[in-house]
Amino acid sequence: MLRTAVAAGQAAAATANAGAGGVNLRQALRRSQRREQWRAAALVLPLFIFVAVCFVAPIGAMLARGVIDTDIAHILPGVTTALKAWDGRELPPDAAYAALVSDIHAAREAGTLASAATRLNYDVPGFRTLLFGTGRRLPPGISGSARDILIGIDPKWGERETWVAIRRAGGPVTDFYLLGALDLRRDADNAIVGAPSEQRVFRDVLGRTLWISGVVTLICLLLGYPVALVIARQPPPRAALLLFLVLLPFWTSLLVRTVAWVVLLQKEGVLNSLFLSLSIVHEPLKMIFNRFAVYVAMVHVLLPFMVLPLYSVMRGIPPAYLRAASSLGAPPWTAFRRVYLPQTIPGVGAGCLMVFIQALGYYITPALVGGADDQMISYFIAFYASRTVNWGMAAALSIMLLGATLALYAVYNRLIGVERMRLG
Amino acid sequence: MTRTGTETVGQRLASAGLGALTALVLLFLVAPILIIVPLSFSSGSFFYYPLPGFSLRWYRDFFTSSFWLPSVWNSLIVGSVATLSATVLGTLAALGIWRARFPGQALVLALLISPMVVPVIIIAVGVYFAFAPLGLTDGYSGLILAHTTLAVPFVVVTVLATLSGFDRTLIRAAESLGASPVTTFRRVMLPLILPGVLSGAVFAFAASFDEVVVALLMAGPGQRTLPRQMFAGINDNISLTITAAATMLIAISLVLMIAVGLLRRRSERLRQLDA
Repeated sequence: MLRTAVAAGQAAAATANAGAGGVNLRQALRRSQRREQWRAAALVLPLFIFVAVCFVAPIGAMLARGVIDTDIAHILPGVTTALKAWDGRELPPDAAYAALVSDIHAAREAGTLASAATRLNYDVPGFRTLLFGTGRRLPPGISGSARDILIGIDPKWGERETWVAIRRAGGPVTDFYLLGALDLRRDADNAIVGAPSEQRVFRDVLGRTLWISGVVTLICLLLGYPVALVIARQPPPRAALLLFLVLLPFWTSLLVRTVAWVVLLQKEGVLNSLFLSLSIVHEPLKMIFNRFAVYVAMVHVLLPFMVLPLYSVMRGIPPAYLRAASSLGAPPWTAFRRVYLPQTIPGVGAGCLMVFIQALGYYITPALVGGADDQMISYFIAFYASRTVNWGMAAALSIMLLGATLALYAVYNRLIGVERMRLG
Repeated sequence: MTRTGTETVGQRLASAGLGALTALVLLFLVAPILIIVPLSFSSGSFFYYPLPGFSLRWYRDFFTSSFWLPSVWNSLIVGSVATLSATVLGTLAALGIWRARFPGQALVLALLISPMVVPVIIIAVGVYFAFAPLGLTDGYSGLILAHTTLAVPFVVVTVLATLSGFDRTLIRAAESLGASPVTTFRRVMLPLILPGVLSGAVFAFAASFDEVVVALLMAGPGQRTLPRQMFAGINDNISLTITAAATMLIAISLVLMIAVGLLRRRSERLRQLDA
């Protein structure tokens, strides 16, 4: 920077003094600026590489699993190729049957049949049994028509849907998981239809995630607005103390706060024993592992994110505005509604977006204090990644969550600016 | 609304109502933390008041437990290595971004801050997906790399905020007096931005020390961190030892919070000095 400034100074002086030498000096200035840019970029480079390798690449590779589908093409290459040319109206040609037989033999030898069975089973329940059963009963050498042999082993090989499922899984790109995350699927004629009602789960999960996040945001706004209002009107020392009370939970470990709520709300916990001893209730209230506990714990965690932006906006509103409104005859409520409230809207927007965005991705709190019907989308991402190891489904749900989060952040950035995000 | 002595009854009622609501909300924010601390000193083993007596048995239990104690060390190891690397990488990057505008800077900054924005479950699942086949999930390395990524934005944001108040003429002055760029950085710049760098480091440590989702997916039996064990401790049969663990974590948060407060004050004083 220094060099730039010196060069600029020299350039300016030179242009003033010697007119004609200005062109050369301008080039020198540009060169020195470029050098400065390179230095700056070189300082950023180590972290840039680190984030690219340890953050962007892993997440990108994982998300790609939601749209890229190459397992079947690798494990059953012959039949995948043979089905490419098939129009899908009638049963596939004999060549496809023969290719499947040799593919199954090869996959059994390579030990990869299980992966193919798992992938096809996602699409058509029962496919695993079909593929394994066929693999076991297939004679080593084929004499006669492969079609007759396969249909003889299992009549499902005589159904168009079975073959369509294999073709659908042939990749390399698929919308199977993304559609699945919306409870949609493709039927035998490749049209998008709703999944059978007993298999529909994700619309519920997505709706519930939005609903819980919305309710939590609303509660945070209703509780946070008056609190920020009161704190903003205190003299500085007392405001600092009250802000400390808001910040204390903000700094306390998420796990600690969740533990605290479990201790307070559980059946033999602090609140129930208090209520029982005061005879407010006669049997313990069920306050945990339900939606109530999720709301309470999430509001507790996210409330500071609402209070802080509201407070900093309210702090900047000169009290003279309200006095002016009153002196012009506005009753207090009107003065508040017409003069004060509109000026706090940026804080309301910032707080609500911040709380809503964070609530969308919540995992730990609902997992610990919620019941089975209170789990949000993150829970299912973790479930598919670690329990059933269905990366395609985990990735598709991640794409939805990430898409929603980034879109809302873009709004936040547009309205407020990410650089004004507060820490602590 | 302001104390002018001409308030109507309605105004005074509204004001009192607001005050009461605020008190209740602040109580709601602080109460769980205040309730859990005394419980950890209970001599009984139940989760209710009044306490049967005072004892340190749950702390003894914590410090003799093969479930809890190793997790403290794991948290400290992962936290300190992640903090160190995030602070060095993040400070360098912030200096670069502050030093000159280069093409694509806004995009680069957005990328560096994105670990703070992307839902942590996606980071955890992505890192697990990529690191497990490489064998990085067997030791500390995977966890440390992931925690460094999560901690980096806190350092970048904090140091950038400190730098925005830095007076560039100081550098010009130093260099015009003959100081080399390295000396200028070490003797002039670093002392002035150090409070900001250190608060960035505190944020980074707090981010790693509190992280549970990545630890849940990645940590093997030998690398379980304190939050990871608390997660397990709530799910299995919950004992008062967990309140002792929570109390100590609260104490650590308080220390970190005070550290940031002091650093911030120091940073402001330095800024006034150079103004």
